Amino acid sequence: MAQLSVQDKLGILADAAKYDASCASSGTVKRNSAGGKGIGSTEGMGICHAYAPDGRCISLLKILLTNSCIFDCHYCINRKSSNVRRARFTAKEVVDLTLSFYRRNYIEGLFLSSGIIGSSDYTMEQIVEVARALREDHDFRGYIHLKTIPDADPALVEAAGRHADRVSINVELPTERGLKRLAPEKSQPRIEGAMGAMHRAIEDGGDARRRYRSAPRFAPAGQSTQMIVGADSATDGDIVLRASQLYGRFGLRRVYYSAFSPIPEASAVLPLQRPPLMREHRLYQSDWLMRFYGYRPDEVAEAADPATGMLPLDIDPKLAWALKFRDRFPVDVNRAPREMLLRVPGLGVKAVNAILSTRRWRQLRIADIARLTVSVNKVRPFLIAADWRPVMLSDQADLRRFVSPRAEQLELFAA
Amino acid sequence: MPNIARPATIANDRQAAARSVCIRLAGEDDFDGWRDAARSLAAAEVPADAVHWQVGDAAGDLFASPASEALPPGNREIRVSKRFIELARGVLLHRDSERFSLCYALLLRMAEQPALIDDRADPMMRRAEAMAKSVRRDMHKMRAFVRFRSVTDESGDHYVAWFEPEHHIVRANAAFFVNRFAAMRWSILTPEGSIHWDGETLREGPEAVRGDAPGDDPVEAVWKTYYASIFNPARLKARAMLKEMPRKYWKNMPETALVGELIATARQRERAMITTDRASMTGDRTATLTALREEATGCTRCPLYRDATQLVFGEGPGDAAMMLIGEQPGDQEDLTGRPFIGPAGQLLNEVLAAAGIERDALYVTNAVKHFKFTPRGKRRIHAKPDAGEIEACRWWVEQERALVRPKVVVALGATAARSLLGRTVTIGRERGRPIELGDGATGWITVHPSYLLRIPDAAKAEEEKARFLSDLKAAYALLG
Repeated sequence: MAQLSVQDKLGILADAAKYDASCASSGTVKRNSAGGKGIGSTEGMGICHAYAPDGRCISLLKILLTNSCIFDCHYCINRKSSNVRRARFTAKEVVDLTLSFYRRNYIEGLFLSSGIIGSSDYTMEQIVEVARALREDHDFRGYIHLKTIPDADPALVEAAGRHADRVSINVELPTERGLKRLAPEKSQPRIEGAMGAMHRAIEDGGDARRRYRSAPRFAPAGQSTQMIVGADSATDGDIVLRASQLYGRFGLRRVYYSAFSPIPEASAVLPLQRPPLMREHRLYQSDWLMRFYGYRPDEVAEAADPATGMLPLDIDPKLAWALKFRDRFPVDVNRAPREMLLRVPGLGVKAVNAILSTRRWRQLRIADIARLTVSVNKVRPFLIAADWRPVMLSDQADLRRFVSPRAEQLELFAA
Repeated sequence: MPNIARPATIANDRQAAARSVCIRLAGEDDFDGWRDAARSLAAAEVPADAVHWQVGDAAGDLFASPASEALPPGNREIRVSKRFIELARGVLLHRDSERFSLCYALLLRMAEQPALIDDRADPMMRRAEAMAKSVRRDMHKMRAFVRFRSVTDESGDHYVAWFEPEHHIVRANAAFFVNRFAAMRWSILTPEGSIHWDGETLREGPEAVRGDAPGDDPVEAVWKTYYASIFNPARLKARAMLKEMPRKYWKNMPETALVGELIATARQRERAMITTDRASMTGDRTATLTALREEATGCTRCPLYRDATQLVFGEGPGDAAMMLIGEQPGDQEDLTGRPFIGPAGQLLNEVLAAAGIERDALYVTNAVKHFKFTPRGKRRIHAKPDAGEIEACRWWVEQERALVRPKVVVALGATAARSLLGRTVTIGRERGRPIELGDGATGWITVHPSYLLRIPDAAKAEEEKARFLSDLKAAYALLG
């Protein structure tokens, strides 16, 4: 095989990494490079340096160290039996690429993952070496996200956590049976065991920091995971419950949902029909409802169709919940507690905060609400203001049609 | 310090103008100057519409021509919350020339009514907050979209960027770049002025033009390779991209040159992905069907699993050319776990034999895979699955179809037809003709054999049975 240039390898190894949804650079501690030998800074909030035409944020240099793999997971383009072109970076090539992109302000840092080559330990060692060289040899203070490998030596995982801002292990599929069918070499108990160990290590790191200021930081941006949607039989209800279980048990910062995407060189085991991208969007919305709007997982699941367990595609889960539990509405914007205001479809967290702040001093009228929301017509049926009371509107049978977005608007996301 | 000037006598016919005050600020982002002036003006109770704000030496309002007479010091003490100062600090970087007077008007109201800062629905507060938000966004986008190009001179590498901000944010944003690129020598050039960092001190320079910045950097080609490769053509969402990366920023971002072609070729690339998909399918279909069946045994996609004995999956060769889809397992199928073995199954076997079709060569399955029934005494009476149950179970039927890839799929009865076509089907209207299924397979609709068992009139039953037989024959003939 002819020698591949770094640029050729980048083409192959970025292409191989593009099925991972996460590219976030948020949630870590504040750092800067003042007084250092190197470069790099992080803020609490991440920065997206570009957007690809798939609408996804490009924040990190997201690549695999190699796309060779000894596993044969059916949904993965890099599996052993696929005929995809293979390439492998050296640790130094990744370090140089990261720094030269960072200096030009293309990226916030590096997201490094890898196919399994040789053994889990060997692969993990290579990943850790890149992060170590960036941090120790180049005093790089930007963001690093490392994928850790479930079976790797705990000492290597510990080293990964010391260098990285965020670590992640993918649960891959929402159901254990699905994992067994589609990723026969992976095992849910092993993946969860590794996530549990990582969770404890992160907590211990936090405890140590509270006791000794000098204690080294351990993955300050926590751990995240990803599951593929639509490749196994899990319904939206199943996925929501599974995600909340993962958040609870492993203290995850984020669960990413990735609508199963067709891949070249696919295995016959995969469904040919990909799920609508809107389904992925609805799952993110339900994730938001749990994390920022105070919905319990079983409440989100109630927004799903009881027969199919699927969230509606034409309206968002918050609106679906409100239409189902109409007796909770209308909500009085001048009196209702924060929790109920957050349940009004069309009122976001910012609008609710603005309402709470304003009403300490005066009564809110519907025109005030109009100034605080994108579409007052959407919220109107669900709330009471000083000069507004919906006239039996929430009893109307066609309310759903009235508040639903028009079909052509939906296309925006469905494309 | 700004120059606070009270105009001397102006034209007699302009009474209002005679009272106006002209404030000259040192620069577009001169927050300190604005604050000092605003404090004095408010202390002297000068109304907002009597103040004319001007930046630098630009010619201002004719009637507010400057003179050097200082404002008489006012004696009112002005106290406003820190949050207002923070808000104003943002708003004053906005490019809107009314920003100074808007903030001053807000300050006057704030002095009277301190709670205004909490009144987030007040139109004037809303406007100020919207402006501050636009400034924050512009600062964020500058941090994101500045692209340095490297040049080498006698002192080493120098990273230079050309950027065109929307608001007056360059100076306010400098600290971010200093903190991030502390050990690097860099310059950011803009039409309003430039900032330079040499590793120790930040200097300001005059306004620049695009030609002052380097025209290329070889690393940009590598970056473009990354940009093109990380894009997944199977998930095109151009509008989502445009929302966060508006076109006005594109001209200074090298990777955006690729966007047009990436969008134009996305569909074709996606199709190619799916075509290679089918052409080069690897893996053992029979083993996969077994794995799929195993996965299905735990299915809880609809509530029917609760009362049924077991899930009844499809049966037959993994490469069958013809697939039969029935409605759902009945009492006997539920107990044995195999499809079409009860009375309807026996009738089906009989008709298949008459048609010369070998049942063992067919893949036989059901639209709904758990038995739905209502208990009556000791008997379990068949109940028709509803649309939700059919929809929930369609996932499995589609998996079966995707794996077996039959050329002809025969739907037996309305439930199977609904599952196959994804819509309500009237059997009488659509039976007995080929239906294109979109994936290369042909669909065929006929009745369910249990329908034949329920016809009380023997002659009519025979007639219908013959029709069913000819339907199956015709469907089988499609295989050629």
